[in-house]
Amino acid sequence: MSDAESPHEFEPAEPNTGEEFETVEVFPEDSFDLRPGSDSCYKCSTCDTNCPVAEVDDEFPGPKFQGPEQWRLKQNEEDYEIDDSVMDCSNCMRCDNACPAGVPLSQMHNTARGEYVSESMSKRSVTYWRNRILANYRTSARIASTVPRLANFVMNFGPARWLMEKTMGVTSEREFPAFATETFREWYSREGGAAGSRERAREHRERVGDPVDADKKVAYFHGCYSNYNTPEVGKAMVRVFERFGYEVVVPEQGCSGTPMFANGMLDDARRDAEVNISSLSDLVDQGYDAIASCTSCSMALRQEYPELFDIEGVDEVAANTFESVEYLRIHEDLPGALEDADIDDEMAAEFAYHAPCHARNQGLDRQAVELFGDLEAVDIEDVGDSCSGISGTYGWKSEKYEKSMEIGEEMFEHMEHAEGDTGMTECPTCAMQMEHGTGYEIRHPLELLEAALVD
Amino acid sequence: MAIESDVLVVGGGLAGLTAALAAARSGGDVRLLSYKQSTLRSASGLVDILGYTPAGDGPLTDPYGAIPTLPETHPYRTVGVDTVREAMSLFDEAAPTYRGAHTDTNALVPTHGGTVKPTGRYPASASAGLASDGRDMLLVGLESMTDFDAPRAAAHLEAAGVPFDVRGVEIQFPGDLRADAKVTRYAKLLDTDGEVSVRGRERPAREALAARVAPHHEGEGRVGFPAVLGDDDPGGVRAALADHLGAAVFEVPMGPPSLPGLRLEDHLFAALDDAGVSIETGNPVTGFEGEDRVEQVFVDKNGAKIPNTAEQYVLATGGLVGKGIDSDREAVHEPIFDCHVAHASDRYEWFDGDVFGDHPFARFGVDTDHHLRPLAADGDVEFENLRAAGAVLGGYDFAAEKSGSGVSIATGYQAGHTAAQEAS
Repeated sequence: MSDAESPHEFEPAEPNTGEEFETVEVFPEDSFDLRPGSDSCYKCSTCDTNCPVAEVDDEFPGPKFQGPEQWRLKQNEEDYEIDDSVMDCSNCMRCDNACPAGVPLSQMHNTARGEYVSESMSKRSVTYWRNRILANYRTSARIASTVPRLANFVMNFGPARWLMEKTMGVTSEREFPAFATETFREWYSREGGAAGSRERAREHRERVGDPVDADKKVAYFHGCYSNYNTPEVGKAMVRVFERFGYEVVVPEQGCSGTPMFANGMLDDARRDAEVNISSLSDLVDQGYDAIASCTSCSMALRQEYPELFDIEGVDEVAANTFESVEYLRIHEDLPGALEDADIDDEMAAEFAYHAPCHARNQGLDRQAVELFGDLEAVDIEDVGDSCSGISGTYGWKSEKYEKSMEIGEEMFEHMEHAEGDTGMTECPTCAMQMEHGTGYEIRHPLELLEAALVD
Repeated sequence: MAIESDVLVVGGGLAGLTAALAAARSGGDVRLLSYKQSTLRSASGLVDILGYTPAGDGPLTDPYGAIPTLPETHPYRTVGVDTVREAMSLFDEAAPTYRGAHTDTNALVPTHGGTVKPTGRYPASASAGLASDGRDMLLVGLESMTDFDAPRAAAHLEAAGVPFDVRGVEIQFPGDLRADAKVTRYAKLLDTDGEVSVRGRERPAREALAARVAPHHEGEGRVGFPAVLGDDDPGGVRAALADHLGAAVFEVPMGPPSLPGLRLEDHLFAALDDAGVSIETGNPVTGFEGEDRVEQVFVDKNGAKIPNTAEQYVLATGGLVGKGIDSDREAVHEPIFDCHVAHASDRYEWFDGDVFGDHPFARFGVDTDHHLRPLAADGDVEFENLRAAGAVLGGYDFAAEKSGSGVSIATGYQAGHTAAQEAS
């Protein structure tokens, strides 16, 4: 029916007055009511202009359809099945930041995708298992990192990759990230764990003349990648926070859920969320703040958890979770500390910085450039506001690889134009894509802070 | 601790961006907070100053000449005509692809509805389309873009008595795009001159688009398209099409989401970057601390309250549409600082019975002193270090007057400039 035809029962002068009707419970009690969000959409389509996928993919109908429009179709048509195009959304969540009416687009996408996977996707299909394996990266990483050298060899062994491409649809164009020979957690316990961190934090407080017993303590959510692949980021976090007098504890944790949300594996995500909320909410109750160094992890804890899971303590954890540099920027005089800092010679002096999409909703997309922009010893250039294109597991799928690279093209070009050949970003998978597209070495802002502030 | 600056601007629309730029140019350390992305991509990209008088007379030839005749409560009267001129020069410098600064006279730009809008500045992409130009015009609509019906727009223009012949035709954009392809999809294809498939052959998008238009082109001196002609390289796209067609090419500004608005946003953000302004978007300012002075404001991030503190504050959160002014069934209010907003106690007096009548709600907003500081109901200054700019101000009906952009630029400039001076 077109908008121009009006339903016959409707009489504008007397809109259905006097008619009896029974109220029906439209929403099952355990689901989130997305109706107010859907009603707030006034179809301005600003979200569509922010969608990196719709810009290159002629099959993808865009966030406005995936969110509020599909939600409506779902309410009105009994046998409506979620459109399979929801699997083409990369969950970059840019549409959230775009919407002037506050429509919770990514929440709608996440719930629709979860419903599609649980109800319409064959659990015996290769795609389902490929997605499930990609989404549960932590499980593979945990096993691989027990034999890191072997894993690094096998995962990038040509014939094995050919087989993965042919049988699973995992692109062989990309190189698998290397597993560290010592995980972050192993390093942290070797350094004395929580007691060691407390000791070092007290020394630093003493050094700067702060009260030795200052109540400065944080819980580090390192995520999978800093633990298994880039422990240097985790180490930098611990050293920088201790330098400012914070004790760092490293609680029990699973995956943040980011790759699971993007693949509609909500049960897997919930399983890990329960672990994360349980250990973090205990610490929050004791006065700790939760700190993540990956902007997708902090996004999951802050926004996706409360939007998707009704777990006790979820709101308290969300309200007390911060990205690492953001936290220091709020609580410490970072510009002052950096003013007369020297940078280690080993660290590059010129950076091409890419802001991860997931940093945007958290208001963090400019903080690295603003913070380091004032440093004499460092040049940092923002390589533009395009998406890197990899979006976690999206760019690992054979059928998405080309689109992923097309989305990333703008960023690669800007990186080539920027001074130097070192990249910088907070997101591990953006880092993968930046490296893949340009061959640059990629650093995390914490590593530069460490080079500037820690002896 | 808190995140500190000399001047803190709340709001990322035209008023907030201008305030931040003016403050930074006046030497302040400036921070801009915007709940969401700038709303400029919802705007046509035309920058009007004053098109009609509050009584509806117009289109006005000289907007500056009419300013002294406006009611005393109008924001233009608060800042004065000289400030409006200074502010427009700042805009011209920050938006190098804008035209119209060479004259005080309003330009007449055809809109996608086929009306003619008096405007102070317009993007270079629209310049070949001015209604004062005598060259004959061909308007090209795209079948799938229902917002622009080219034959109808042409008929409207003809009926309005434009001094040239105008025709409208509709074509299908080359390639196999979806019926609801986004404006950014067209723009990306044209920016990159990407390949599109035409009858089984791959052809570059610009050439293929021109080839679709060519059979309809009867030698008109200029050809207008809906505003989808490139995002990063609109000049290059127009030049290529003009070359293929042998005619000047222009864009007709469209409703949201608008590429000209998006390009303007890019210009202004680049100017803010150059001026060293710190910017944060993504989360709302929901509260503040302070009595006679604003001491700090709080950004709400999923329950975490992030303190931001400054010497001086600018409120540029928009009007009823932008949610800088809010209302319920009982009252109209300003949600962050709870500044006074004058309105009748009976809500049936907020509007006129006639759809296009003189609606009081259109002028809802905060009243200010001569320094743009919001006033309480008793006429006292609400906070000594808070200034207001743009649509959050009361006393004018931007939609009827066609003064929205100009008021935002002029009051943003004044508020930002004064705030920076006070802060130093």
